Amino acid sequence: MNLQLLTKIGYTCISIAVMVIYGLLAGGIMARIRARAYGRYGIPVWQPFLDILKNITQRSAISHGMMFYLGPVFRLTGGLGTYLFIPAVLGSAIFSNFSSAGDIFLVMYFIFLGQLGMALGAGEGGHPYSGIATARGLAQMSAFELPFALSVISLAIQYDTFSIIKIVEAQQYGVLSWTMFTNPLATIAGFIALLGMNMNAPFNIVIAPQEVPLGPPTEYPSQFLSMLQTNRGLFLAAKLTLFMNLFFGGATSIWMLFVKTFIILLANLFVSVSFPRYKPEQSIRFFLKYPTVIGILSIVFMMFK
Amino acid sequence: MKNKNDKKILENADLKPIDKDLFSNAYPETVPPLNKYMEKLANWARANSLWFLAFGTGCGAIELRPLLTSRFDIYSKGIAPRPTPRQSGVFIIGGYSSVKTLKRIIRSYEQMQNPKFVISLCSCSINGGMYFDSYNTINQIDKYIPVDVFITGCMPRPEAIMAGFDKLKERILAGKTEGANKYVENFEYYKANQKKIIKDWNMPDYNW
Repeated sequence: MNLQLLTKIGYTCISIAVMVIYGLLAGGIMARIRARAYGRYGIPVWQPFLDILKNITQRSAISHGMMFYLGPVFRLTGGLGTYLFIPAVLGSAIFSNFSSAGDIFLVMYFIFLGQLGMALGAGEGGHPYSGIATARGLAQMSAFELPFALSVISLAIQYDTFSIIKIVEAQQYGVLSWTMFTNPLATIAGFIALLGMNMNAPFNIVIAPQEVPLGPPTEYPSQFLSMLQTNRGLFLAAKLTLFMNLFFGGATSIWMLFVKTFIILLANLFVSVSFPRYKPEQSIRFFLKYPTVIGILSIVFMMFK
Repeated sequence: MKNKNDKKILENADLKPIDKDLFSNAYPETVPPLNKYMEKLANWARANSLWFLAFGTGCGAIELRPLLTSRFDIYSKGIAPRPTPRQSGVFIIGGYSSVKTLKRIIRSYEQMQNPKFVISLCSCSINGGMYFDSYNTINQIDKYIPVDVFITGCMPRPEAIMAGFDKLKERILAGKTEGANKYVENFEYYKANQKKIIKDWNMPDYNW
């Protein structure tokens, strides 16, 4: 194997490790801020790491068959695929991943892939509530994909490309060249879709631990659960990076990436602490109403520009 | 009972023949702890990330809800409720157990993964408490599942429950909480006690 390939593999490993740690830490910080909003102190910021360590060191793990094993593998594959085709930091050797080989539609495909694979695995678990939970999760996912896809189409018309690198490069001419200012309707539709994607309130019924059907992970114990929790950190970081690249001008250094994604997550949190949960049928109806209309309007405006 | 490969399997005598295929008849096995330093690390992680099963078996469960509010805030100690026994490590037997609930307690306890800990809350589960002479409740939960920490009271106040959680953490860090392995090692004893009092046993002998 030549040196270039080995270097690329090394950089990819560093990139994934940094994003997993950042994603889990950001989740912990957000939980603590949310607790403060509710008047408590909340979990320590490193609690997600402790939970993963505890689950990895469990001594037994019940499995229900081969597809049950493959469920979390699919989920982690979806998370890795989503992250590795996004240029996390523009122009950086370590963090630009495989973004020259991918485009926005490949990334959207991987967002879906993880959830579908988990659905197969959760179905083999045989838990009666796994079926309910998977149905709710997938139904909500289909609903939020609609405004997200519409805003992505609007961006594609605006920048005349599907490549994320070119979209980021077009936003490097100062703050006013960000998509947030040149195409605000697409940003609004995308932001509402991001609330659904991150499963933040009011759309968090699918993974809320107060619900018995707590999503596809209902029947997964121990090491399977630790794999799903690790993916949760990586997937969160990947979605935020994608969002930052599409709408907020991308990042030219890793610290800028941390700052911008943290601010996006904080904006999510402000909505999240203010609203109670929607039931799944309410959230699907919501996504198919105003966010879809805003997405369609953004496409129409871009076509006439 | 042993099958031809000389491995122990369960009889599952109380299941109907048509249902026997649906349930596993494998005998549970003990899992020994890891070597010294890895087990210390694992115990530290387990002590700081206690997930209890959100199954209120009796009136003691009412005292668990204030713990989640801002006055006592057990989230800051890493303790959180989980809805499914597959993912929880601590089972809090809160209060009296009627015979009907005992069947469900056993079912949930056996579905939890090794290592698992049991906290016995309130006097009813320790010595019968207020219902010691009832025909319908059990007097001592320790005869049916192994218990790690007893918290007396009727009900114990949230401060007492938090002290009980601290005691459980101490025991976990010292490596003394091998309840799951103890259950398997004394399986015949526990199962005999359970079957004596639960007359409508239509479950497998071990609820995998």
